[in-house]
Amino acid sequence: MKSNNANVVLQVADVHKNFGGLKALSDVNLKVEEGRTHAIIGPNGAGKSTLLNVVIGRLPPSSGAVIFGNTVLTGLAPYKINQLGISRVFQTPEIFADLPILHNVMAPAFARRDGGFRVNMFGRTDRESEIREEAESLLEDVGLYAQRHGHAGSLSRGDKRRLELAMCLIQHPRLLLLDEPTAGMSRHDTNTTIDLLKKIKLRGMTKVIIEHDMHVVFSLADEISVLAQGRIIAHGQPDEIRDDPRVQEAYLGGTQP
Amino acid sequence: MFSLAKKDLLSLGVFALIVLAMPFWLSPLGAAYPALMQKLAIFAIFAVGFNILFGLTGYLSFGHAAFLGIGSYTAVWSFKLLTMNVVPAVVFAVVMSGVFALAIGYLSLRRSGIYFSILTLAFAQMSYSLAYSVLTPITNGETGLLLVQGDPRVLDALFAEPRQGLPVPTLLGLDMSGYAGFYFCAAMLVIAFYLSQKIFASPFGLALRGIKSNQTRMNYTGFNTRPYTLAAFVISGMYAGLAGGLLAVTDPLAGAERMQWTASGEVVLMTILGGVGTLVGPVVGAWLIKYLENIFSAFNESILQRFFSFLPDGLDTFVVTVTSKFVGDGWHLTLGLMFVLVVAFLPGGIMEGIHRIVRSFQRRGDREPDGSLKAQPAE
Amino acid sequence: MNVIFAQLLNGLDKGGAYALIALGLTLVFGTLGVVNFAHGALFMLGAFCAVTFRYLITLETVTVDPEKLSPWGAPLEIRTPLAQNWLGDFGAVLIDYSVPISILLAIPVMLVIGVVMERGLIKHFYRRTHAEQILVTFGLAIVLQEIVRSVFGANPIPQPAPQDLRGAADFGVWLGMAPNVLTYPLWRLVYFLFSIGIIGAVFAFLHFTTFGMVVRAGMVDRETVGLIGIDIGRRFTIMFGIAAVVAGLAGVMYTPLLPPNYHLGMDFLVLSFVVVVVGGMGSLPGAVAAGFLLGILQSFASMTGVKAIIPGIDQIIIYLVAVVILLVRPRGLMGRRGVMES
Repeated sequence: MKSNNANVVLQVADVHKNFGGLKALSDVNLKVEEGRTHAIIGPNGAGKSTLLNVVIGRLPPSSGAVIFGNTVLTGLAPYKINQLGISRVFQTPEIFADLPILHNVMAPAFARRDGGFRVNMFGRTDRESEIREEAESLLEDVGLYAQRHGHAGSLSRGDKRRLELAMCLIQHPRLLLLDEPTAGMSRHDTNTTIDLLKKIKLRGMTKVIIEHDMHVVFSLADEISVLAQGRIIAHGQPDEIRDDPRVQEAYLGGTQP
Repeated sequence: MFSLAKKDLLSLGVFALIVLAMPFWLSPLGAAYPALMQKLAIFAIFAVGFNILFGLTGYLSFGHAAFLGIGSYTAVWSFKLLTMNVVPAVVFAVVMSGVFALAIGYLSLRRSGIYFSILTLAFAQMSYSLAYSVLTPITNGETGLLLVQGDPRVLDALFAEPRQGLPVPTLLGLDMSGYAGFYFCAAMLVIAFYLSQKIFASPFGLALRGIKSNQTRMNYTGFNTRPYTLAAFVISGMYAGLAGGLLAVTDPLAGAERMQWTASGEVVLMTILGGVGTLVGPVVGAWLIKYLENIFSAFNESILQRFFSFLPDGLDTFVVTVTSKFVGDGWHLTLGLMFVLVVAFLPGGIMEGIHRIVRSFQRRGDREPDGSLKAQPAE
Repeated sequence: MNVIFAQLLNGLDKGGAYALIALGLTLVFGTLGVVNFAHGALFMLGAFCAVTFRYLITLETVTVDPEKLSPWGAPLEIRTPLAQNWLGDFGAVLIDYSVPISILLAIPVMLVIGVVMERGLIKHFYRRTHAEQILVTFGLAIVLQEIVRSVFGANPIPQPAPQDLRGAADFGVWLGMAPNVLTYPLWRLVYFLFSIGIIGAVFAFLHFTTFGMVVRAGMVDRETVGLIGIDIGRRFTIMFGIAAVVAGLAGVMYTPLLPPNYHLGMDFLVLSFVVVVVGGMGSLPGAVAAGFLLGILQSFASMTGVKAIIPGIDQIIIYLVAVVILLVRPRGLMGRRGVMES
């Protein structure tokens, strides 16, 4: 199953992150291959969110590098990282609460098409039929089409997450980062989201998922890395991880999921 | 490129009609004289421009009057040095205030929230203090910058014989005082409104709204927000410069008091009173405030005494004493109270108030006389 | 050297006023999280407490003495202040010392104004945006200053310092220089010492009383303190009242230095915000240090020599400092990171 580096989309190389004296991440190495869904699991405080924040440029690593394709991401502004093709779903949905749902999805498409900055003040949002149609079809996918003219702030928490997912998908990212995409969702909503994410998988989008919910992880992941106390203690396919005694000790508490 | 959606086109048409017909519908209100109507048009431009920054991006500038002042000074200098033609004056006013807005905005926008407000305030106060002191050769200090007989007016001197007395700003030979001046300002307002409509409806406007709504999401969605806010700042600074230039066109003098921070506060109030982030709101707010200012400042005790003379003796003097505190010189007290009340009870401004009323009527309209909801269409 | 020392002294009284206003602003911001644009108006109201007090105790009776005639033959009018009539020499002293004595009037008045302001208006804005807080307090500031104008008129009303404190202290002599080399007006010295005293009292109050400790804890983490079950809201109301008193007293004592007019508050407010920002939003020692620092800087900038090199610098120095600090070190001299940065 070893693959050569040509297929590696994201590489985290020897990343350390210290907060004062606290070592949040030490010597983290990861390779995410094209088209795969890579899950990062680990107990609370293991450094999962820190790792994700380092990848998207929210936090600079103390040492080491994050490489995306052929570009070193370290030190790049968040918008530039996004422009390279990385989109992120946050743990608490980050959406445009005072804007109509349809515009929430259209705005990221403009950023993808027009780049980081363009004064297209003579353009017309309502004439951008191509982008609007794509946004509408994505909203249909996530089940928000009927409410598309309503304000995003009035959506339920689960719906906000789905909206945020649509906002990321419209950018056709080369890499999609998902920070606990089903946290706080009902079982039913979780399953719908899993189905949705599976659909994206069929399209061949590369994903990194951070998730607590083992049901979600084992339904989606092709590969799993286990993070504990800032270190990667195990890495492999779902079956291997499930049976790895170290993982069970560190994370699963010795019980079978 | 210049097209508008049908709805916007309709509202632009209605808006243009309302603005150009001001002399008609203002006359029953006793306000149909050119000097006031010019002010109504000019301050509406100021507020529409301010709204592009504050309404769309949410950045609260407390120093926008600086650009108004810069526009006025520039226009008067254009009259003094080049020509009494208003076109170069207005163009220079817009360009110059744009340049200043670029510099001040570039620095101020490195911070957000209250820090941004204080930075803009500091820059405006600096401009104000400098205009009064060191820059007196340019601003003529406390007297204000005026036209004088000896001004060079290079271009005018080339083409025409000097007239007797102080010249007046002109456009195509038309004196820009009185009604001609008003129609010029009104035309500018319609153009300014149209541009604001374009910005609101454009992807650029959507990005600005995104910044107000959620800057984090903007950044992680690939928008470089700093130049967007800077563009909005410069555009709104240019609107302010246009307004300042027009003030000089209708009355060719410029003083530093135009840059004072109370003037900056006034445009904030206009925008909020009308409705932040709406197209028409700032215009309504500007009109209302300038109209009320005009009415209230003109009131004095004798008018009030006549007005309240129907009340019994004693009570009428009491009422007159109380109300007189709010009119004439006391107009600012009314303004301050309005400020507090609007922010406290109607943060969405008049436009929100109208929407609320319309919605409550619609809801009532949806009900049958017996109070039940209208039946669904039969299948 | 003497010149530098003199300028240093010159900056102290103004610096004291800045520090006192900024202290109150920071207290209100730190405890209530509200950006109070009406704080300058409190300074102005304090100044007008002094004006009111003096007006009241100098109300006069006019008696006509038919025996005596004025030089031009009319009966001589004798004006006696009521206070002197009733209290004799003590009344005269009362009038002479009207400014410092009006502190006694200002304390309860400002406390009431502060509490009413917080309970009546500010309270309702805790959960609103900072922009709305700025706007509503800005409106309130206009209302307050216009009320003062309609009562007291638009012209500045001079308030004399007590007879004994009008002269100048010969600082040079104290330091072993020749007489009249380095003098400093006595009242400015008084103001400086007064501001130090008030600042000391506020800090002592915050550090040595239980009330102050709770308030300080609340400034760091309001939620936790609230969770312990302490009624933080009431204490914060009182804190707002105290901030109002501090601003008011600063205004009372400043009247002999600058005849108060209705827009005094606005003039000082803008500068005080700059002081707060320079000191570091939310830092009390920062506010005090920056207050004095900027007062002194301003006094140096108004030296003729400096003005000759950079014309107009005295007018803009404070704003310039604010701009530089905000751009280079946004948390100010002593501020915590990230306060109010969105």
